[in-house]
This record gives sequence, structure tokens and C-alpha cells, in this order.
Amino acid sequence: MQSNAALEYDYSLAKKFTFLTILFGFLGMLVGTLIAAQMAFPELNYLLGEYGTFSRLRPIHTNTVVFGFTVSGIFATWFYLGQRVLKVSMAESKFLMVLGNIQFWLYFIGALLATISLLFGVSSSKEYAQYEWPFDIVVVIIWVLWGVNMMGLIGIRREKALYISVWYYLACFLGIAMLYLFNNMAIPTYFVSGGLGSPLHSVSMYAGTNDALVQWWYGHNAVAFGFTVPIVGMIYYFLPKESGQAIYSYKLSLLSFWGLMFVYLWAGSHHLLWSTVPDWMQTMGSAFSVVLILPSWGSAINMLLTMKGEWNQLTDNPLIKFMVLASTFYMLSTIEGPIQAIRSVNAIAHFTDWIPGHVHDGVLGWVVFMIMASIFHMAPRMFKREIYSKKLMESQFWLQTTAVVLYFTSMWIAGITQGMMWRAVDEYGNLMYSFIDTVTVLHPYYAIRALSGVMYLIGFIMFAYNIYKTMTSGKELTEEPQFRTPMA
Amino acid sequence: MGMNEIQGYASFFMTIFLVIMLYGYIIHLYRSEKKGERDYEKYGNIALDDEITSTPVEDKSASERYKEENK
Repeated sequence: MQSNAALEYDYSLAKKFTFLTILFGFLGMLVGTLIAAQMAFPELNYLLGEYGTFSRLRPIHTNTVVFGFTVSGIFATWFYLGQRVLKVSMAESKFLMVLGNIQFWLYFIGALLATISLLFGVSSSKEYAQYEWPFDIVVVIIWVLWGVNMMGLIGIRREKALYISVWYYLACFLGIAMLYLFNNMAIPTYFVSGGLGSPLHSVSMYAGTNDALVQWWYGHNAVAFGFTVPIVGMIYYFLPKESGQAIYSYKLSLLSFWGLMFVYLWAGSHHLLWSTVPDWMQTMGSAFSVVLILPSWGSAINMLLTMKGEWNQLTDNPLIKFMVLASTFYMLSTIEGPIQAIRSVNAIAHFTDWIPGHVHDGVLGWVVFMIMASIFHMAPRMFKREIYSKKLMESQFWLQTTAVVLYFTSMWIAGITQGMMWRAVDEYGNLMYSFIDTVTVLHPYYAIRALSGVMYLIGFIMFAYNIYKTMTSGKELTEEPQFRTPMA
Repeated sequence: MGMNEIQGYASFFMTIFLVIMLYGYIIHLYRSEKKGERDYEKYGNIALDDEITSTPVEDKSASERYKEENK
């Protein structure tokens, strides 16, 4: 044990990715708030010429929050908890450190350039997969670097049993690798046409119904392996660690893991209900979506039961509040999704605002809350300083919780109103409303959504400020806290 | 039988197969704990006791354990 005496966990990569998480989070949410306001007040589309239109900005919003904010958060937390649960320091391998730094810089520069490319309208026009082929190649390289780094760290570990969080991060790596590669298969037209058009342009290898199927197998599972799996990995580490309580049932965590892996990949076709894909495939998508409630709730209930007998922590530790609320929103969105995937409900919900409502109660309430909570937990350990302000954290929590509630309730009402109006017919079977009638009715709900966006963004700025002050002027800690995060 | 139908049946039977596998896994987890072969709940401590100097909850890999048990 002598050799371990001076050994410490190396948080340099976790810190770097934490900064990126905050940067991309701010950018993604800023653009999101702007486009929400554009939906309510269309004149906001003309602020920056072609660069400020909804159609240009929407892919920037989605890609920045998915591939910028969330992926940075996944990397940051991996480079923190990966070391801890494997009981090995990154500093023990120069190779892994160099690899991690290459990954960081390539990712930082690649993500910025990819975002700029979207601003200039360079897009493959596939939802959540808009990056053109050169950026796809960079994404693949970054992902492989991360994979090698993760496997490398696992290879030199002291703790031989892989903690459940590691399983989830591994699944995230493998899932995204498979999905991203297959969905982004494309032919760069410039090179096959002898130099015609833009070198950045490409055409997908799939067409028609097949394209739709591959796209939604990707789209839905990007939610699975980007927004669910790694976030479950985070909560399985950070909630027990922060509360000092071991997971309620480790067996349930294993079972939920395999259940999730088994079921999630088959549910994507629920995005194509009432379309031209084979009927059995639509039914399968619906059925698997409903079954998906079980493994999702298995994890969420396991998390809530972890707090058994320790619910007093909910009142006096705001970080526990963030995590318990995240878990609750996970439950809400994983019951809402299956309901929307039922054919008759989908007939009303499809193409309406209920869908972005669903996505945002999951992402704002679950993903962002959990990533922020993870960073709050990591900050005093990484910077060796107390959290700057507990009060600020509390206010941020309530502001953002109110924002999420306003967001999804307004979109529920808007979506269902819209769905009902689109299908309403008079006694002769003629449609009762034109599209613009629905837009007029929905205006107040769009305004509420824009307001909720502003509130959430302010909350995120409070979070960024709190972390900045923690780094620079938080009270210095003499030793690393074991469980509860110290805050002033 | 067209390609669509074959795919449909293949999906159905694979689902049944995977369901059996999943339930088999549950039985395996509980049975091996009941027999005293494994204690899964101890792995929960990996997150709580995660200092670099802490004693690992398990310091042998699954294959090493298997070899020892089957000597």
C-alpha cells in the first residue's frame, strides 16, 4: 500500500469537460430559448438575416444540447467516476492521459466547427444527425478515442467487479457507436460526381421507408443511449455517494440494465405509426414502448428506494433535491412516452407540441438536472473548495423546477388542442379549422413556453456562476468530503 | 410466405427467446444468492467506498474466481 500513499485521482480531464458542459449548455439553451420565442413572436426570425431563422437555429439547439452539453457531461462524469469506481487513477497511465487530452481538444474544436457549419446551413437534413460527413468522421474518431480510454482504464483497474454505472457507460459507448455509424452512412456527392457541387454535401445511403426506419431507430435510440443510459449511470453513482446510502437493490439494477438493453432498441418504430412502414413493425414499436416502462421504472424506483429512511436529506441537502426530482421526471417521461406510443393516442399526439413537451420534461427535468447535480457533487472534490452558495442553489432549483412545469404543461395543452383541432370535422365531414386557426389558439401557450425557457436559462446561468465562484472563491477544503457535498 | 412475414415471425420468436433469457437471468441472480455462491448487494459499496486506497470489494476477476472455484 506504500506505493498508493501518494497516488491521487486525476481530475484534469473531468474539469476540462465540465467547462465544456457549462459552455455548450449555455449556448444550447440560449438558442433554444430564442427559437421558443420565435414560435410565439415570429418577427424574431429576422434579427440576423438567414443566420437567425428558426430553421437554421433549431438544429443548432438540438445538436448543441445533445452532442455538446450532454456528451460533454457524459465525458466529464466518466473521467471522474470511472476512476473512482475502478479504484485507479488516470495519472497511472500516461498513454490514457495523452489520449484523453487528444479527445478533449479534437472534441472541442470539432464541436465548435460543426456548430458553425450548421449556422451556415451545411446540413444533411436528417433530424438529430444533421452534421455533414466530415464532422461525422470527427465524431467517430472522438468516440473511438473515448472507447479506447474507457477500455484502457477498465484494463488497469484494481476493483475487479464493474460497478453498475460502468455497465451503463459501456452501453452508452457501444450503443451510440452502432447507431451513429449506421444512420450516417452517406455518399459524398462531390467525389463520386467528378467534382460537382460542394465537397461537404452528401446523400444518405438509405431512401424512402428504409431511410425513415433507420433514422428513427437512430433517433429514438439516441435518446436511449445518450439521454437515458449514461444518465442512469450517473445517478447510480452520484445519488448513493451523495446520500451515503448504497443502492437499494443491486440485483434490481442489473435486471433493469438488461431489460433496458433488451427492450429499448425495438421501440424506435413508434415514431412511424400510421406511416408506410410494415404494420407489424408499428405494432412492435408500440408494444415494446409500453414494456419499456418496466426497466425504466425499475431504475427510478430503485433510486427512490435508495433514499429509504433518509428522506430528511431531501429537505436539507439541495443536491439530493436535484437528484430525486431528476429521478421523478425520469418516471414521468418514461410513462408519458409509452402513452404517446399507443396508436390511438399517437393519432392525436403525432406532429403536435405534445412531443416537444415530452422531450423537454425528460431532458430539462431529468438529463440537465442530473448533469448539473453531478457537477455540483464533483466541484468541491475537483477544485478542493466548498460550493460557493447553498442559497443560490436552492433558488436555482425552484426557478428551474417551475420552468419545467410551465414548459410541459403548456405544451400538453397546446399539443392536445392542436391534435383535436386538426381532426375536427363538421356534420358534412369537412375539416372545421385551417392550420392558421390552430396557430392563433396556441399563441398564449407558445408565449408561456418562451417564458419558461427564459426562466430555465436564468437558472442555468445561476448554476454556471455558482460553479465559477466555487472554483475561484469557495472556502478551501483541507480534505475530500466523503459523502455529503459541503456548501456555504 | 413473403419477406415481410418472415421478418415478422423472426421478430416474434426472437422476442420470446429474449424474454426467456431475461427471466432466466432473474432466476439465476436470486438462485446463486440463495445458494450462497454470490452476494450481489455487496457491489453497491463500490460507490460508497471509492478512495484509491480503499480495499477493492472484489480483487479477483470473474475468470480468476472461476478457476479457483473449479480447481
